[in-house]
Amino acid sequence: MQPNEWLFIGIFLIVALILPAVPIFLAQLLNPKRPSKMKQEAYECGVETVGDAWVQFKVQYYLYALVFLIFDIEMLFLFPWAVAYNQLGLFALVMMAGFVGILGIALIYAWRKGALEWL
Amino acid sequence: MQPEFGQWAIFGLFTVFIIGGGIGTVSSRNLFHSALWLIISLFGVAGFFVLLAAPFLAAIQVLVYIGAIVILIIFAIMLTRRLMGLREAVNSQWLYGLIGALITFGVIALGLVLASSGNTPLLASQPLSDITGDSLRDLGVALVDLNQYVLPFIVASVLLEAAMVGAIVIAREDE
Amino acid sequence: MAEFLVSSGWNANLAQIVASVLGAVVLASFGLVWIIFSIWLERKFAGRVQDRLGPNRTGPYGLFQTFADVGKLLIKEDITPEGADKHIYNFAPILAVAGIIAIFAVIPFNHVWVGADLNVGVLYFVAVGSLATLAILLAGWSSNNKYALLGAFRAIAALVSYEVPMMLSLAVPVLLAGSMSMQDIVKGQSIAYIFVVPVSALIFFISQLAEVGRSPFDLIEAESEIIAGFNIEYSGMKFAMFYAAEFIHAFVICVLTAILFLGGWRGLGAGEPGYELFGFLMVMMKSVAVYALVMLIRNTLPRIRIDHMMAFNWKFLVPLSLVNLLVVMFLARPFVPDYAAAEAAVAAGGLAGLFGSIFGSGFIAELPRAVVLLVANVIMFAAATQLLHRYGETQRAKLGVKDVQPVRATAMASD
Repeated sequence: MQPNEWLFIGIFLIVALILPAVPIFLAQLLNPKRPSKMKQEAYECGVETVGDAWVQFKVQYYLYALVFLIFDIEMLFLFPWAVAYNQLGLFALVMMAGFVGILGIALIYAWRKGALEWL
Repeated sequence: MQPEFGQWAIFGLFTVFIIGGGIGTVSSRNLFHSALWLIISLFGVAGFFVLLAAPFLAAIQVLVYIGAIVILIIFAIMLTRRLMGLREAVNSQWLYGLIGALITFGVIALGLVLASSGNTPLLASQPLSDITGDSLRDLGVALVDLNQYVLPFIVASVLLEAAMVGAIVIAREDE
Repeated sequence: MAEFLVSSGWNANLAQIVASVLGAVVLASFGLVWIIFSIWLERKFAGRVQDRLGPNRTGPYGLFQTFADVGKLLIKEDITPEGADKHIYNFAPILAVAGIIAIFAVIPFNHVWVGADLNVGVLYFVAVGSLATLAILLAGWSSNNKYALLGAFRAIAALVSYEVPMMLSLAVPVLLAGSMSMQDIVKGQSIAYIFVVPVSALIFFISQLAEVGRSPFDLIEAESEIIAGFNIEYSGMKFAMFYAAEFIHAFVICVLTAILFLGGWRGLGAGEPGYELFGFLMVMMKSVAVYALVMLIRNTLPRIRIDHMMAFNWKFLVPLSLVNLLVVMFLARPFVPDYAAAEAAVAAGGLAGLFGSIFGSGFIAELPRAVVLLVANVIMFAAATQLLHRYGETQRAKLGVKDVQPVRATAMASD
């Protein structure tokens, strides 16, 4: 393990968060502030806003996220296997091919059921 | 190797993330905010994995939990119009929730204590500096080794697929 | 750096932290400074493509145009819409930039210049990339605007979808190099992977392009449909941060492509001790070459429709990358490069020695695998394009379009 590498990552993440905050902060100091009621309305092409912005969404979005989740988890198994690839035997390859095949079946199922259609 | 002050400080920071995020999740009145608090909590868990010298698990934690599951949760929130305007922080089931949480915590704590005590503890504590070799590569080999985890591995992937099939069936039904 | 501080009497831990902070600031600032240049480059390039001059008033060749823009943005009024979720609204642009800059931490600019050579480097950059996805969601949700929310949701659905082929094609270089560390992947490319697995490189590039939201996948911010989408309510510097994030991301994908598939800092003797700067230049040259491609695509291709974008991903890229993975998996195993044997063969002289002295022993070791995989990839590529062609024909037949001819430039030529 390289704890120092991760220490660097931690510090880097903090720096990466601070850096974009600096110009925003500077702009807050410099810019004019003349808020008015009209100006702060939600911009919807000049038409007055009706109701809440938090509208109900289609189930389609959920299905995409769901199929992605399944793929995401299964794909992550691929990575340690890929790291060990150079020392694996034929059996391991066949096992992994079966695994990729299962992923393929999942894809075909979702396809057939129309979970991948954008409506 | 004794953990140094710095390590304790980082551990403490991540603990604050986890517990603070958890409290925020259950006490927030807005479901979307709850999901965001959950992200902080999950991020703290990823930090724990890094401290435990398991960077692969940390990457999974961020990729799967923050990158996929939280987004799934938020999409699910947007599907349920009625829950958006929730104004009360507690409902009639908080007592059952509390009891369930306490029991779960107790069982896990008891299990950990039992497993790590006795003459032949299941969970032998081992300094991180003793971990040698490429744990990532070992994991990769173990996943597809007939004598190790190939069966759980395949079963798990089939299970995941079953979950997907089930969810698609349910989601399609309401049309 | 840390050694220097320790030798001048500092506590070792403190020296480590100070060195890390300095390194992080330098590396992260590099990303921000680079976009000042890359925005100019992009505008100049777009100008040339559209038969204009591009910025040319501020400084020589308009080089200071971006500075003028920054100055303007600093004194722009920052409007927070009514009903916005203030904290989240302010945090989203910061997270958008931070998530992209964070990728720089694992990029090896040469064999020694690398922020942190993590053994999960490849997954790290995908993971922090998902933070940027989150930023879009936060921005869209907190703006309290229907278009913003709609744009954000469309964007998220598209981004997560394209993560699938990206990761599947990413597994291929990992598999060939036998490591997830970016540095090891570069070291494994005696032959750049684009010549070994071009199909993976292409899938990776396309899906990364979609992740950035660049044309032809720029429907995340389609002005004509959802009036700029998730960042509609942002103004002033906060909007500029989303803009900056997009530009950094566009460059980062070029760097990643250069590292993972174009051999990174390798080539023309770079990588030997003493050639650190040359290695860095090598990475930058390759990245800018890819960036030129990105700019060309942006300026010439029309935007595709969201349903086409999703269908292209799930019904073409994902199956193709699954097949690609299977093919590489079975073909590469018998030809795992044996670097020690190749070195011995080169040392023994003869034909191997001759080639080895020209290209290096790593090249000899990787050659058989490269040839086999390249042939397989070419076949796969031909089959895939044939499939697309057929599909296009059936679709056109369905629509009753007869015999589409490419637009000829005859009218132009006769002018």
